[in-house]
Amino acid sequence: MAEKSLMKGNEALAEAAIRAGCKCFFGYPITPQTEISAYLSKRMPKVGGVFLQAESEVAAINMVYGCAGSGIRCMTSSSSPGISLKTEGISYIAGSDLPCVIIDVQRGGPGLGGIQPSQADYWQITHALGHGDFHAIVFAPASVQEMVDTVTKAFDLADEYRMPAVILADGLLGQMMEPVAFEDTEIKMSDASKKPWAACGHGNKRKHNIINSLYLKPDELEDNVRARFKRYEDVKAKHTEAVSDYCEDADTVVVAYGSTARLAKSAVEAARKEGLKVGIVRPITLWPYPAKEIAEACKNAKNVLCVEMSMGQMVDDVKLAINCSKPVEFYGRTGGVIPKPAEILEKLREMGGKN
Amino acid sequence: MPEFKRPHALADVTTHYCPGCTHGIVHRLVAEVIDEMGIEGDTIGVCPVGCSVMAYDYFECDMLEASHGRAPAVATGIKRANPDKFVFTYQGDGDLAAIGTAEIVHAATRGENITVIFINNTTYGMTGGQMAPTTLPGQVTQTTPYGRNPDVEGYPVRVCEMLSTLSGVALAERVTVIDPKNINIAKKAIRKGFEFQKNKQGFSIIEVLSTCPTNWGKTPIEALDRVRTEMIPYYPLGVFKEGAIR
Amino acid sequence: MAKMKVDFDRCKGCGLCTTACPKKIVALQTEKLNKKGYYTAVCTDDDACIACALCAMMCPDCAITVGGDDNG
Repeated sequence: MAEKSLMKGNEALAEAAIRAGCKCFFGYPITPQTEISAYLSKRMPKVGGVFLQAESEVAAINMVYGCAGSGIRCMTSSSSPGISLKTEGISYIAGSDLPCVIIDVQRGGPGLGGIQPSQADYWQITHALGHGDFHAIVFAPASVQEMVDTVTKAFDLADEYRMPAVILADGLLGQMMEPVAFEDTEIKMSDASKKPWAACGHGNKRKHNIINSLYLKPDELEDNVRARFKRYEDVKAKHTEAVSDYCEDADTVVVAYGSTARLAKSAVEAARKEGLKVGIVRPITLWPYPAKEIAEACKNAKNVLCVEMSMGQMVDDVKLAINCSKPVEFYGRTGGVIPKPAEILEKLREMGGKN
Repeated sequence: MPEFKRPHALADVTTHYCPGCTHGIVHRLVAEVIDEMGIEGDTIGVCPVGCSVMAYDYFECDMLEASHGRAPAVATGIKRANPDKFVFTYQGDGDLAAIGTAEIVHAATRGENITVIFINNTTYGMTGGQMAPTTLPGQVTQTTPYGRNPDVEGYPVRVCEMLSTLSGVALAERVTVIDPKNINIAKKAIRKGFEFQKNKQGFSIIEVLSTCPTNWGKTPIEALDRVRTEMIPYYPLGVFKEGAIR
Repeated sequence: MAKMKVDFDRCKGCGLCTTACPKKIVALQTEKLNKKGYYTAVCTDDDACIACALCAMMCPDCAITVGGDDNG
């Protein structure tokens, strides 16, 4: 195991991206993700990569489109309002089957909202990342180490399936410091050599490549979208991830992701000490959504509690995961307010008391 | 005997452009320059949204289709990752001078080492002839049925003049393709743009005053006359800035 | 000997070539429509053609070739 060092979540993620071969980063300043840009602006020139501060979020995601289209690993990062601006470009990236990694360090919304941690982008990232039929792979890390591990995975899966991948973090994960280790110690920048589809100049050796999402004939567009959704099935089958703890005998199962899952786990452990039979299941991928894993974790439960830093967005997917077979309650704080383990514990006592 | 043939970089297909639309001439000039410089294998083009949205089918070099107005950002992404390749965008006036204003201004001011071919025909052709940022005062379009009134719709944007104030610009030149003499000048300007790029000298934009006979409600030949009598007086031809920035 | 050659089905009958000919011998014929439904450009006097290629330069559709081996 590599040596551990103490790093801020945003900076660890940025370093992990470089080690995953991310050659180009295009970003725009927004709190609370700015450390990613700041870190990469220092590091990229030293490792032969490219850091460019774009004129807008819109420009940044379109730079990613061009760079990814030429076959080079690249990334952009932003926070909630900036992600809204990027959605047009993300839709084109998905429609053109381009791989890239997008970071969303969520803050409170809607509108300008606030700059404190939030999970209110769940719907946007998992259900409405742009116009049209498409998905992105979405990872929800819950620690600084997982920020590092998921970004590496995100680059690999994005390339393998030629689709965008998102790291859905929040201000809490981005700003906190924890010990991390990097598996990849050697930095090797990506090139287009393994991407025969890339528009990087045909060198008079092949017919021209076209990166495009325009299909004026409905049948062709339908075939194109169906082929993409067939690939999605493969992603679902192989790359859905969740972890569960204490669920086997649990009367109440908590479902939470990201930093909220850490808080919820503290509450679950406290509840166990009080003798309440509670467990927790944490999705690591939000798309594909670990519906089976959640159903499995909840199979012996009498009720389910979904905890989020929002007014309740993932809770609908939890209900679908268990086919509404048992009551699903919700506890959440929003606007940048972080739910305290004690609040979650109180909710668990209340739910335990009912049964 | 002199010979005149289709350049290799121009695909051997029938375009979807209306009869008399000068897009075809400009496409050919770009392809001729690519052929003459022997750079087809090292060139990557970026198409806009607008009438030339399907230009990716008309050039034999690698091509990307950008979203509306974002071609300069897309080109930036390609060029930064592949600094030794030739990258050009091909954009219309709605794409470049309305929805894509931020992208073109910032690509220009960064001195992004790309070549921009800018087609100014004073209207949105693809959507059926609405007011463009370059629509002339008084010009009737679908969305200015009483003529563009500067009190209401403001004034047209003179793109080359505006961009020539930026330090990152190596070449800003306005040309037209309404007769063989001007076609020769236009081709030289496009060649210059690609040469600047080859020498890593910065951003170049070649604005081409073009026609839209269909949406102007004119015959192709009348449309050439309109460029001469109405457009050139408002958009004077010539070099607005030329010189290496690096 | 014909020097200007028009690709009959590529021509869209726009007539831009007719404005460029210094000999004024390029015109649109009015007898036969091509598959797209256009009356196409023709050289009305092959002997007078000086193969200057200005008509081809004006053609937006690369439908005109001048000179070369395939010109009979």
